[in-house]
Amino acid sequence: MARPAALLMLADGTSFPGEAIGAAQDAWGEVVFNTSMSGYQEILTDPSYMGQLVNFTFPHIGNYGTNPDDNEAPEPKAAGLICTELDEPHSHWRSQKSLDRWLAELGVSGIAGVDTRALTLHLRKHGCLNGYISSTDLDPASLLEKARALPSMSGLNLADQASCHEDYQFASGHPKTVAVLDFGVKRSILTLLEKAGFSVRVWPGNTSAETILESGAHGVMLSNGPGDPAPCTTAIETVKKLLGRIPIFGICLGHQILALAVGGKTYKLPFGHRGANHPVRDEITGRILVTTQNHGFCVDPESLPEGVSVTHHNANDQTVEGISAPHLFAFSVQHHPEASPGPHDARYPFNQFRELIGQFEERSKNA
Amino acid sequence: MPKDPTLKKIMLLGSGPIIIGQACEFDYSGTQACRALREEGCQIVLVNSNPATVMTDPSLSDRTYVEPMTPDVVAEIIRKERPDAVLPTFGGQTALNLAMDLAKSGVLEECGVRLIGADVDVIERAEDREVFRKLITGLGLYMAGSITAASFEEAAEFVGSRQFPVVIRPSFTLGGTGGGIAFNMEELKEAMERGLAASPVHEVLVEESLLGWKEIELEVIRDRAGNAVVVCGIENFDPMGVHTGDSITVAPIQTMADVEYQELRNEGIAIVNAVGVETGGCNIQFAVCPKTGKRAVIEMNPRVSRSSALASKATGFPIARIATKLALGYHLDELQNSITRQSCAAFEPSVDYCVVKAPRFDFEKFPGAKPILGFQMKSVGETMALGRNFREAFQKSLRGLEIGQSGFTERPARPGEKLPPLDERLRDPGPYRAFYLKEAMRKGYGVDQLSEMTGIDPWFLDQLNIIHQEEKHMGEVLGPLFSDNAPQPGPAEAVQWRRFKTHGFSDSQIAYVLSREGLESMDEDKVRRRRLLAGVKPTFRAVDTCAGEFEAYTPYFYSTYQGSPDAGEVPAGSSAKKIMILGGGPNRIGQGVEFDYCCVQAAMALREAGWQTIMVNSNPETVSTDFDMADRLYFEPLTVEDILAICEEEKPYGVLVQCGGQTPLNLSRRLKAAGVPIVGTSPEDIFLAEDRGAFNKLAAGLGIKQPQGGQAGNVEAACRIAQEVGYPVMARPDFVLGGRAMKIVNDEAELRRYWDEALSASSDGTVFIDRFLEDAVEMDVDALCDGEEVVVAAIMEHVEQAGVHSGDSACSIYPHTFTADQIERIRRHTTDLALALNTRGLINVQYAVQGDDIYLLEANPRASRTVPFVAKATGWPLARLAALVMTGTPLSKLPKPPLGNRGYNAVKEVKMPFDRFPGARIELGAEMRSTGEVMGLAVSFGQAFIKAQLAAGHKIPREGGVLLSICDHDKSRLVEPARKLVALGFKLYATQGTRRCLTENGLPCELVNKMAGSRPNLIDCISDGKIQLAVNTISGQGSARDGMVIRAENLKRGIPTYTTISALEALVEGLQRWGMQNKVAALQDFYTV
Repeated sequence: MARPAALLMLADGTSFPGEAIGAAQDAWGEVVFNTSMSGYQEILTDPSYMGQLVNFTFPHIGNYGTNPDDNEAPEPKAAGLICTELDEPHSHWRSQKSLDRWLAELGVSGIAGVDTRALTLHLRKHGCLNGYISSTDLDPASLLEKARALPSMSGLNLADQASCHEDYQFASGHPKTVAVLDFGVKRSILTLLEKAGFSVRVWPGNTSAETILESGAHGVMLSNGPGDPAPCTTAIETVKKLLGRIPIFGICLGHQILALAVGGKTYKLPFGHRGANHPVRDEITGRILVTTQNHGFCVDPESLPEGVSVTHHNANDQTVEGISAPHLFAFSVQHHPEASPGPHDARYPFNQFRELIGQFEERSKNA
Repeated sequence: MPKDPTLKKIMLLGSGPIIIGQACEFDYSGTQACRALREEGCQIVLVNSNPATVMTDPSLSDRTYVEPMTPDVVAEIIRKERPDAVLPTFGGQTALNLAMDLAKSGVLEECGVRLIGADVDVIERAEDREVFRKLITGLGLYMAGSITAASFEEAAEFVGSRQFPVVIRPSFTLGGTGGGIAFNMEELKEAMERGLAASPVHEVLVEESLLGWKEIELEVIRDRAGNAVVVCGIENFDPMGVHTGDSITVAPIQTMADVEYQELRNEGIAIVNAVGVETGGCNIQFAVCPKTGKRAVIEMNPRVSRSSALASKATGFPIARIATKLALGYHLDELQNSITRQSCAAFEPSVDYCVVKAPRFDFEKFPGAKPILGFQMKSVGETMALGRNFREAFQKSLRGLEIGQSGFTERPARPGEKLPPLDERLRDPGPYRAFYLKEAMRKGYGVDQLSEMTGIDPWFLDQLNIIHQEEKHMGEVLGPLFSDNAPQPGPAEAVQWRRFKTHGFSDSQIAYVLSREGLESMDEDKVRRRRLLAGVKPTFRAVDTCAGEFEAYTPYFYSTYQGSPDAGEVPAGSSAKKIMILGGGPNRIGQGVEFDYCCVQAAMALREAGWQTIMVNSNPETVSTDFDMADRLYFEPLTVEDILAICEEEKPYGVLVQCGGQTPLNLSRRLKAAGVPIVGTSPEDIFLAEDRGAFNKLAAGLGIKQPQGGQAGNVEAACRIAQEVGYPVMARPDFVLGGRAMKIVNDEAELRRYWDEALSASSDGTVFIDRFLEDAVEMDVDALCDGEEVVVAAIMEHVEQAGVHSGDSACSIYPHTFTADQIERIRRHTTDLALALNTRGLINVQYAVQGDDIYLLEANPRASRTVPFVAKATGWPLARLAALVMTGTPLSKLPKPPLGNRGYNAVKEVKMPFDRFPGARIELGAEMRSTGEVMGLAVSFGQAFIKAQLAAGHKIPREGGVLLSICDHDKSRLVEPARKLVALGFKLYATQGTRRCLTENGLPCELVNKMAGSRPNLIDCISDGKIQLAVNTISGQGSARDGMVIRAENLKRGIPTYTTISALEALVEGLQRWGMQNKVAALQDFYTV
């Protein structure tokens, strides 16, 4: 059962031959690499990867199959995957089908047989590039044209696409409710909010501040999501209105949106942070957390106004990993405290959020 | 937190002699610790009794104590040196146990010395199984049900309420010594006896068995602030039931979903915190049920380990270096990742390749011992391979074992070997099970069936099945390329080659498969030539700790055929001339840390001399494979194919084959034929020394005597030669390592019985038969020669009788029973031989001295096992100098060795592994079986001898009975030492002749019957506990057999037994001045004498 030949063409004209996998359709998007050695199912279903072709650096992908429990969204969100080997034989007590079949059934395509290390080194040198995968059009010139025609990630509002379109209750039965502004939220964030003792209601990313406040929520979670935060103007405006009126906790894209809402700026990193081994220093405790990261944009610390402090730094490149605006009862982290996949070192902000909501209520009572 | 400023002088504990379960991985971690301490400006006091190590090179620490690692001796060193702290987490179980003893003895408190890295409480919590269990259950984690039992009855009661099988683990032992598994009461009884005997506290843990569960290890490193990172997860290919040291292991973990892996990680870190490890590296083993995912904690080691060495090499993360700095007070985020120089050490490496470690065994050396793997570690070495997929790494690791398997191939029975039925070989894990899987696949066993039988995860078996299935297409795809009307090589052909090469098939494996399929006269060279014509070469990729996310600065490479042919990452490098050093591959008995020492010394010397150095080795335990020991490291199997590919990439000025033992030597002629520039003594001259006819002629021409003998190609010829020269004869297969299958043969019947074994060990189908020189004393000489001048580094006198392999014999520098004239003749012979063999570099010559006659036994123009011992004993760094000589520096420009006796003596003693091989015949013979060595240094020979005995762990008695059985030839020398023994209060027991000699000289002595005599005999006397020490010198056959019985019985009981009067004299001298052995001095003191 040989797979059809496929070609990955980058917008700079570099190409990688391989074979078509999954649904074996054309796939395109920004090519990013992820250095996690496990967790491919979580990564492929993470809405933050919307519009991106994920290049897995670990050579065996699919080795433990797929199961219904490890999804971060009901279906894959990444635009496609690039890997060295997609393992048909797989082994795990929870596995129900091979990754290849799972991809095919859910309509996701990709390319295997790629020298993913060579591709990663190329991206490291040249920054993230758009790419186009096809198994029907193997003509390099034609593919290059298609790759070049793809829009740049900068300025693209993908969060709108990744968001739910109607609000829904994820968890109930707890005295306090967190309203989640959904820019492409991962399921495990919702799960961890519930575990922290909250009822959880998820709202479309463009929901107005008034609606949120009127819903009776006790706190707002600005979710993760794909792409550039700058074009998310509606959300930024919403957050500006919410600031100070309700406690806010932002993750990843939500963190960037919070930073923009308090008056800060963001910029694009040369090739982003994507992996499950990034060290982050919590400047309050001095502790190092090994974190999951998935972001191409970053908050500029110089741009933050007075009263907003940087609480976390990346221990490798010293970029901003978390901010706090205590006077506004808002904080956020750039990395993924929910992990999935990745180490669970950084999960404590969910409990901090609960404390923050408590403090906010104390103050409101006293005020 | 930066470094603790009060830590200025640190005592680092090594791990002592190499034993199974504690090998040169601790030289690697200790050496890295030394370098890290020095980098931090600390003064280093090093204690390690093992002279073969890199770490005991006097240049690596300020004060180097090669002294017995006993609490008394080390306490003396502490009193003398007054270090600020003792660092015990780099010397394996030996150092941890020693640290516990030191703490209990009060000397640490007395001298105000701290334990850093792990303190007493931590060690106790991790090592005491009951305490550990409570801690684990307290964390809500699962450990298999168990009890600590001090008797069979207790164990039986525990099992009564549960089910067999149960596992028996003695408390406070390393590598699972004395451990085992019992399937019924009878086996339980046996296992309890063994386990209780092995445990120093006479306690064993009896535990429910998790047989068949997956075994997973995590390497965790933690700092004082509580930051912890998991450096690497390792998955065992073999399931629970095979000791992890004996299992093929794989990194990273392949068959766990992220959710479970992260839970495992959380648990690992929780355990490290609960045990209270403040700083450093530790290792935690888990079992995972393959059907339910249920996890159980097996054990944790609060120190660096064999696995952490593997994890360091697998990921590029220098665990020992970082752990050292953490022990000094640093936090993880304050330390830089020295590979990327951008990221900090507080991260978890990500790899973009697969790593496979395969263990190497030496069961052949222990006939009688069952080659079955279990809870007690049996492997003597390991090899590691990296590939861009599991199959490539797996096949590379198998060919890297150097056991004649070119990859995942079948292993047919060797001549004279009787294999059990296949099903049995699959069910009972043995040293070659991986190869039997291939046989099973050919015979139609399916993956599920094999998984059921072996407990190996189907994912691994599926991968192996892919190799097997691909192999089936090889003939049809590659075969036509070798036909007379083969097409011109082109790009299409390259695709065909890559198809197979990406699965890790070696050229020789391809040649084997093609010839099996009917292609005539196929060989590896033909395959390679055609492959290269098609332009198919491997690319070399960097090990960078980060899967390409950051730029890597430390050039550590592995080869792969996967991916773009132009994606190689080897940088152009400096303009300095390149020299490549070939390492020794996996350790085995006869080729271990001593050769790694030589390789590392060569690399250091050549780098200092301005060369660009390139190290090639496949052994993850070694110092040579530390990523910055040479300018470049290639982690590759040591085969002609792999080395040629590196040479093609690097185009070195020269390749050094003299340092890595037999492995590179065996490749040297083929490498040279392929155009590789070998520096030093030419392969032709190296092999001339092995060519019996030519060498005999050469020796005779120089006027050097050799024992009479000849070379035989069949048993009749062998018997004829033996008849001519007279029995006993020494039989030696050609080209073997460590005297493999060498034997003293007493009569024709024995020669005929032994012939098959000898032949199977011989590489060219011939066996040397020489007259055995009875009552001779053997000696080893190491020398250096530049082609014009010869410098003798040392002459070593063996303390064991002649006929014991030089690697198993205690020996001393300086010789003490030879006349000045004999020594002069030995020097002259050595000089003549070195020049005649055109030696450029090291040469080792062995002689036997019988009466006044000196016989040449063998000469080998290469690094010998004794080189590090000589270097440590004399202070003359001959391995370093040899590297310079090989690359063209004349001896006249190098420092000279100290002349003559420097006023002290050095004695090397060996460590035998018989306790690991129940059922094996216990004897010292012509075949080497020891795994490690120690050195004793003192002013007098006797003191040095006693120190060496204590360092080797021999229990030297101060009172009790001494058994004497002395051959006639030695009796005259017996009386004096025997008199002293009596004066010391010992009671003498002797066999008839010996007794007569003693009583005639007025010494009281009790008679003991020989084995042939009536009972009670020798053995009864020993087993009654009357004997605490034995001296048995032999001459002739009958007494030899008795000698063997005595040694076997004594080894079993830990009673020291000596085979020469010299040893007895030395021992008596040591006993007379008991206490003097605690007088300690560093190497640095001796050299300035």
